[in-house]
Amino acid sequence: MCDTCGCTQPDDAVTIRKAGEEHHHHDHAHDHDHAHDHAHAHDHEGRSIAVETDILQKNNLLAERNRGYFLAKNILALNLVSSPGSGKTSLLERTIRELGGGLPVAVIEGDQQTMNDANRIREAGAPVVQVNTGNGCHLDSDMVLRAVRELQPEENSVLMIENVGNLVCPSLFDLGEARRVVIMSVTEGEDKPLKYPNMFRSSQVCVINKIDLLPHLDYDLEKAKEYALQVNHHLRFIEVSVKSGEGMDAWLTWLRDEVAAAKA
Amino acid sequence: MHELSIAEQILDIATDHTAREGVASVREIELEIGTLSGIEIDALTFALDVVTKNTVLDGTKVTIIDVPAKARCESCGEEFLLEDYFSPCPACGAFQSETLQGQELRVKSLIVDE
Repeated sequence: MCDTCGCTQPDDAVTIRKAGEEHHHHDHAHDHDHAHDHAHAHDHEGRSIAVETDILQKNNLLAERNRGYFLAKNILALNLVSSPGSGKTSLLERTIRELGGGLPVAVIEGDQQTMNDANRIREAGAPVVQVNTGNGCHLDSDMVLRAVRELQPEENSVLMIENVGNLVCPSLFDLGEARRVVIMSVTEGEDKPLKYPNMFRSSQVCVINKIDLLPHLDYDLEKAKEYALQVNHHLRFIEVSVKSGEGMDAWLTWLRDEVAAAKA
Repeated sequence: MHELSIAEQILDIATDHTAREGVASVREIELEIGTLSGIEIDALTFALDVVTKNTVLDGTKVTIIDVPAKARCESCGEEFLLEDYFSPCPACGAFQSETLQGQELRVKSLIVDE
């Protein structure tokens, strides 16, 4: 049962809230209730029904609808993926502050629980909606659609979708983004791309964060890039330290170039 | 555990088709799963067990058809089987390859009693 209002929504239900909002919206899952009762007493070979359907079809179709909406509204949607603690939220906070309203940014935050990230983004000055996935390990295109309806991002803006911190599950779920950005920090192993190849394979950009720590670590940056390129030779790298600000120019330049390219 | 969402999608697809065909139970379901699709088969069968209780797929035999991953080398054009995403081309050793198959996640067919 929901602790907030005592409704019967299960604890693990997906909730979508704006930062500062106390109550969740009640979004109840569809009911598949099939109560046909055909008495089949025969025992033949069985009949084969050709289905030939992509299991992710529903997610993919909805992702394409999202993509069309973003295109029409001239919204550059980015899907930010990484393991927990790589600095996704910090990168967004600094990005919002450095852009200073010059380029409007709206954010969808995905986490299993808490409003913490949404509150941080709101402090940084951007409109934000928090999606709590409950037990879910990734965002899907339906959650993004519902969050977008709540967020109402303005035209000619950037929509940052911060996925649940997880290098496995989000890789399969297209959200309708223009670009997938995988963030890897130098405090993780160099071989992350080899261990989690699906995520690195399906991303276009790899932001390598926390480079200010390189002098203190045994991390081999070139090796990490080499591994990532083995998995995806189209991957483009942007090295940053969100803390010191080093490399933020390159990141912001890439962002502005993407916005310009999307308009063209 | 994205296999749980995958299992739910499979159930949705099966439920749609059985409703259309007017059948109440399914003897067997055939799934085509690419070896590089990112799905752990054990986790998927476990998830299917959980989500299909008291549904049209309750007790249904699950047959997984592996789709081997294949790639074409962008350097020399060689087509080869991939064990993982970072296998070099066996002919020229280059890592630049385009995946041709192996990411499939499909419900192929349902076998029902007449």
